[in-house]
Amino acid sequence: MNTIYSVNGPVVKVRNTRDFSMLETVYAGKKRLIGEVIGITEEFTTVQVYEGTSGLMPGEPIEPAGTPMSALLGPGILSNIFDGIERPLKRLEQISGAFINDGSDVSPLDTEREFDVTVTVRPGDTLEAGQIYATCPETPLITHKCMLSPLSKGGEVITAAANGRYKINDTVVTIRNKDGETEELTLCQRWPIRTPRPAAERLPINRPLITGQRIVDTILPVAKGGTAAIPGGFGTGKTMTQHQLAKWCDADIIVYIGCGERGNEMTQVLEEFSQLIDPKTDRPLTDRTVLIANTSNMPVAAREASIYTGITLAEYYRDMGYHIAIMADSTSRWAEALREISGRLEEMPAEEGFPAYLPSRLSEFYERAGYVRTLGGSEGSVTIIGAVSPQGSDFSEPVTQNTKRFVRCFWALDKSLAYARHYPAINWNQSYSEYVEDLADYYKENVRDDFMEVRQEISNILVEENTLMEIVKLMGTDVLPDDQKLLIETARIVRVGFLQQNAYHKDDTYVPLEKQYLMMKAILTLYSEAKQAVSRGVGMNTIMATGLFEKLVKMKYDIPNDRLEMFDDYEKEIKSVMSALA
Amino acid sequence: MSVKYIGLSEINGPLVALENVSGVGYDEMAKIKLSDGSERLARVVELSGDKAVLQVFEGTKGLSLTNTEIRFEGKPMELPLSPEILGRIFSGAGRPIDGLGEIYPEKTADINGKPLNPVSRTYPRNYINTGISSIDALTTLIRGQKLPIFSGSGLSHNKLAVQIVRQAKIADKNGEDFAVVFGAMGVKNDVADYFKRCFEETGVLKKVVMFLNLSNDPIIERILTPRCALTAAEYLAFEHNMHILVILTDMTSYAEALREFSSSKGEIPGRKGYPGYLYSDLASLYERAGIIEGSSGSVTQIPILTMPNDDITHPVPDLTGYITEGQIVLDRNLDSTGIYPPVSVLPSLSRLMKDGIGEGYTREDHQMVANQLFAAYAKVQDARALASVIGEEELSESDKAYIRFGVLFENKFLKQGFDENRTIEQTLDLGWALLSTLPKAELDRVDEEHLEKYYSAEKAKDIFGEE
Repeated sequence: MNTIYSVNGPVVKVRNTRDFSMLETVYAGKKRLIGEVIGITEEFTTVQVYEGTSGLMPGEPIEPAGTPMSALLGPGILSNIFDGIERPLKRLEQISGAFINDGSDVSPLDTEREFDVTVTVRPGDTLEAGQIYATCPETPLITHKCMLSPLSKGGEVITAAANGRYKINDTVVTIRNKDGETEELTLCQRWPIRTPRPAAERLPINRPLITGQRIVDTILPVAKGGTAAIPGGFGTGKTMTQHQLAKWCDADIIVYIGCGERGNEMTQVLEEFSQLIDPKTDRPLTDRTVLIANTSNMPVAAREASIYTGITLAEYYRDMGYHIAIMADSTSRWAEALREISGRLEEMPAEEGFPAYLPSRLSEFYERAGYVRTLGGSEGSVTIIGAVSPQGSDFSEPVTQNTKRFVRCFWALDKSLAYARHYPAINWNQSYSEYVEDLADYYKENVRDDFMEVRQEISNILVEENTLMEIVKLMGTDVLPDDQKLLIETARIVRVGFLQQNAYHKDDTYVPLEKQYLMMKAILTLYSEAKQAVSRGVGMNTIMATGLFEKLVKMKYDIPNDRLEMFDDYEKEIKSVMSALA
Repeated sequence: MSVKYIGLSEINGPLVALENVSGVGYDEMAKIKLSDGSERLARVVELSGDKAVLQVFEGTKGLSLTNTEIRFEGKPMELPLSPEILGRIFSGAGRPIDGLGEIYPEKTADINGKPLNPVSRTYPRNYINTGISSIDALTTLIRGQKLPIFSGSGLSHNKLAVQIVRQAKIADKNGEDFAVVFGAMGVKNDVADYFKRCFEETGVLKKVVMFLNLSNDPIIERILTPRCALTAAEYLAFEHNMHILVILTDMTSYAEALREFSSSKGEIPGRKGYPGYLYSDLASLYERAGIIEGSSGSVTQIPILTMPNDDITHPVPDLTGYITEGQIVLDRNLDSTGIYPPVSVLPSLSRLMKDGIGEGYTREDHQMVANQLFAAYAKVQDARALASVIGEEELSESDKAYIRFGVLFENKFLKQGFDENRTIEQTLDLGWALLSTLPKAELDRVDEEHLEKYYSAEKAKDIFGEE
């Protein structure tokens, strides 16, 4: 039997052994703390332990589990909350109370809960990897589909149980492969968290993830199967933005990873999501959400694993043919966990103490996003939206810079916007989305033909304002000619009336694409009408006195989402008032 | 069980190593007895084969390789607890130093605590009225929140903390279930005295537990101080259902102690020499605030830290801001123009505020007023920047209105006396009066209904006078 040789924080070493393999799960000490092998040399095997190591002694037993760090996948994942290594926190509360004890070994999924299973294969059918053999309603929203593990060789169905109520470990189907080996299929399977689940092929990305947030949907869209990063210093609203996206985006399932963040925030997500009713399905948001919570005071090694656990769960549901959005808050904490462990291993640090493999780890993670044809033949996607917390709010630090290389959508949060309580505080000048081109056809077909042109005109106004502001900062607005003053006033409507969005207002918290389009259209109508008035020699003061600018700033509140015909009246009013100005 | 080990094999800074040990656990405590009979506390920080590395809390002065006897205690550092700790003063390592004798413990608890299961938390919603306009209106303090004060050397953070303690209506019934836990890490003797005196004058001293590690006390002990304080706080809050306000000062000294300790261990440094695990370490303190389901008590934290060189991007304030639920930032310019409390409102923030204010908590218009005040004051900064280039005379009418608003905001709203206790209605009305000095069209964060109800240019004139 192997024994522990040394203990230093979460890093434990075993001496002179050949029993362990890389990335294998281990049980350390008498408490059987869960850990993972992260290094093997001639003399030492190095293990990172996912739980507190207080009281651990050299000489205590340590044993390999024989499998790599794996997630248990099966019905019961949704509406649940797990820690970084997929331990169910509600169950842990029942076992050890409000504070989490070390060495609590519990099954991630409820093994006693029964599901209404429909077996979809008959004896004699052939089953291949990724194909579905049973389904069951997991929540009122989501049907769980049990698929043959991608690792299986497949084969012929020998027995299939009758439809009925089964627990996750009950065998429902038996298959025999070409070599005559039989395999018993239950409702669940295991998958190593650090290995991406395979798909048949990657499909081109051309559908937007619709979020109901104007600056995202219209100006900086993200595609289903795409990647986006939200960098921002503290207090700029990263978490708020992610909450909004998690609540309103049109993914089927949300995986929310709280990686090294605040405990109260996770509690808030739990509470809010169970109370919020999704208007599209009339069910609480928790029905389509799974939470991974590794708060900042939970063990650091499990924080590193939480990201992988989250994405593995997402890929599993993707393989059933669902669209998943992952909110990872925050990837910087994950990178810091890497740094912390790397430091304990005394590895040679690269930039700012981060290990040299930081970029490759980041790219591996973001590359697990994608829109795919699954092994089972359906289409599914995983969209990753990662928050980044740059140290010292400096975007040139390694995590932000490396993330920027691997994502195609960059929503830079801005301190000065946040200070002025302009939310979402996404800075339109620093941010970009590479998906605009890919998604153009979708917007043309599903919203309006000229959506992209209208969007471009709105962007142009912001760009021009940005140039003019250089002058305004030096000389004030009074010196500008009237047409430039008009542009500044119009840009103000775009900023305050359009980009700024109130998450606490019942109509403004989610805005359908149609209304987004009509709002832009109204702004452009006012702009072009006012421009004509200016060219007729009407002064800016007269134009402002019409009150139309203020009216458009408030149209987001004044026009309810279900009364979009009101925009016609707005347009008529703009035209008649403006043409009446002499 | 308790084996005695004689002698050491190595001494380096606060660390000592000894060999041929067995049956010793990571994080375990040990007592080191010197040949002159005095005792020191030490903790196991690394185990490797039969070698153990220990950090000595009171420093290694006077230790030699031969003059020591070490006895391991078989458990991590524990703090004796009983309701009697109220009104007592302890050293940074939790030993009574007020000459009133030992505590008769009802129980002992591991000072490192355990992570709180997010499922077991209750989301904090109850606001604490501090009577300070800038905090109540703009960065509302919520029971169970951790809201640090980011300050600089020489600013009035201590005074502000005392005013919060004195005016905070945190308790439910006549203050019976309210107490303060005060943890001082590396502060000057004068500062500790100031707090003690103020608590005395306010008559809350009997409700205060003090853990004092002064600036000339050993740095290793400083690492224990906040942990002792929080353990005491959790005990009183969750086992005796009290509302505990924890004041920790100064977190920068704490982080520096951690850095000193880390470098003596030969660890690879991260930013500015601070250890790579500074974030996790600070989080293990700050996250020990909150409310647990099934207990009526709460732990609210106000850590105070001084930003070295007033730099908010320094690792200590930076990492703190990422963990805590907002921050109150103090500003040197405001302070030197005689404005107390010198709260720099734009970078200040309370993350839990949104759910603890409004109808049923403060007043229905609170969020709007706060948003509008923030937005307007942000514009004041733009107007001032412009004025410094082209001169105030050349400004447009609306910019001039903002300049005036800025002056009134700082002198009438932010500024208030050390004894001035404003109700939330007074504060919000004052906010509306300030907003009423601006043209109605500028107010784009409030809706028509509330503009109708509260906007009154006449009232503003009554309060602030013409020009």
